[in-house]
Amino acid sequence: MCRLCSYWVRPANLLASVGREGFFMSTVRLALRTILSMKQSVKKQRVNEKLVMDTGDIARALTRIAHEILEHNKGVTNLALVGIRTGGVHLAHRLVKRIQNIEGVSVPIGELDITLYRDDLALRKNQPVLRKTSVLFDLTDKIVVLIDDVLFTGRTIRAAMDSLIDLGRPGEIQLAVLVDRGHRQLPIKATYIGKNLPTSREEKVQVLLEENGEEDRVVIAKP
Amino acid sequence: MSLKRKDLLSLAPLSVDEIKLMLDTADSFKEVTGREIKKVPTLRGKTVVNLFFEPSTRTRTSFELAAKRLSADVINFSPSSSSVVKGETLLDTARNIEAMQADVIVLRHSSAGAADTLARGVKSSVINAGDGWHEHPTQALLDLYTIRERGLGFEGLRVAIVGDVSHSRVARSNIYALTKLGAEVRLVGPPTMMPWGIEKLGVTVYSNMDEGLRGVNVIMMLRLQLERQGRALFPTIREYARLYGLTAERVKLADSGAIVMHPGPINRGVEIAPDVADSLSSVILDQVANGVAVRMGILYLISGAG
Repeated sequence: MCRLCSYWVRPANLLASVGREGFFMSTVRLALRTILSMKQSVKKQRVNEKLVMDTGDIARALTRIAHEILEHNKGVTNLALVGIRTGGVHLAHRLVKRIQNIEGVSVPIGELDITLYRDDLALRKNQPVLRKTSVLFDLTDKIVVLIDDVLFTGRTIRAAMDSLIDLGRPGEIQLAVLVDRGHRQLPIKATYIGKNLPTSREEKVQVLLEENGEEDRVVIAKP
Repeated sequence: MSLKRKDLLSLAPLSVDEIKLMLDTADSFKEVTGREIKKVPTLRGKTVVNLFFEPSTRTRTSFELAAKRLSADVINFSPSSSSVVKGETLLDTARNIEAMQADVIVLRHSSAGAADTLARGVKSSVINAGDGWHEHPTQALLDLYTIRERGLGFEGLRVAIVGDVSHSRVARSNIYALTKLGAEVRLVGPPTMMPWGIEKLGVTVYSNMDEGLRGVNVIMMLRLQLERQGRALFPTIREYARLYGLTAERVKLADSGAIVMHPGPINRGVEIAPDVADSLSSVILDQVANGVAVRMGILYLISGAG
């Protein structure tokens, strides 16, 4: 949380231990709530940022994608979702929840770190921070739906597919993305798309998610 | 964060964050070494040269495996079969290797500071795989990784390093790293094998093993390096084994969940009793397995820096 919050939370806890639900507590709570709402309104007014999907848009797009995945694959047989770190992993967890709500079955989920398969490692000055890949189920003959937040050049997806194939031999690989912003450099096409977003190459598309302490939204940041 | 260093020569100048980055990176590679296909294309097209002026099986094989699992090309260079016997200096040998476009040179040498000299003389990255009595940073890092893997935190951790500390580069690297991370380090061994003034590094020295082991979480045994000891530092091997050998009874003096470590190769019946080396508290083979993952991590980080 922010510096402001952690600063206020601690005295609040202290007071709670002195007298539960006293006058002080309600005052402190009110103050906390005010600070939080102030923080959110500041967030919304960020300059050079264009909102393209809000919380509701993201939720609806994910629900539709979940239905499309099930329709396309005629249920959950052999289905598995693999999120690409880090945004894709959060989205994968959300999709698994939705699929569970629709079909009542929990599909296996994996997490992929594609750093070791990047094609630009030799060009970069510093090595990117490595995180862990964790695919704890057998990929053989599975229908794997790769999940990422933004589809751009397609290079990440190329790396992800190479990485998957090193882990096993899936029966089929499909791709679901929340945003397709174009400018492909490889012949890659998403199977499921939340929103097609025409952009210029210089613009920056950001998917901000609750899991990272942000309000769910997709924005275009102007250079 | 990322590593800004071109070389890994010593743990003494590293920050806590840098050490933690190396351990975290190793964690990702541990997953890779557990796969059916234990190879990733990360260092494709890079060349790693193992330049070993001292005999070594474990470390050289470990580096070779690590480099190969990252898809780098590996060349093993040993002095007996090379121009070194014809009188070429270390730096000239290294410059020749560099002229063949080696990206990383892994050096093991009997002189302290050899890796440092090399790093200043060549553009390639240099990894110290043991230089004389000075340091053996990758061994200490894999020790740290193994400790952490066993669920032990470093803050307040009690570690006893037992044996010939003065000849041990492994001990020195571990002392630097462990004290940095907030562990309490005890050195146990005969006074003839304790470097003068070692307490300045923030460690406590014990000459009685039973006292030194009381309540520790980690027992790190060192090999009795007979080949490095020019003169007699103790009367007989039997006496050394009786006073400083790790037996099952002595392990009981340590904390109940204590682990036993050894950098290898072990002298069974000398510094460590066979039943202790094979016991459940022994993590000696985990150390070897983790060595590959840790070295993959270091090769990955080093080859991106500079």
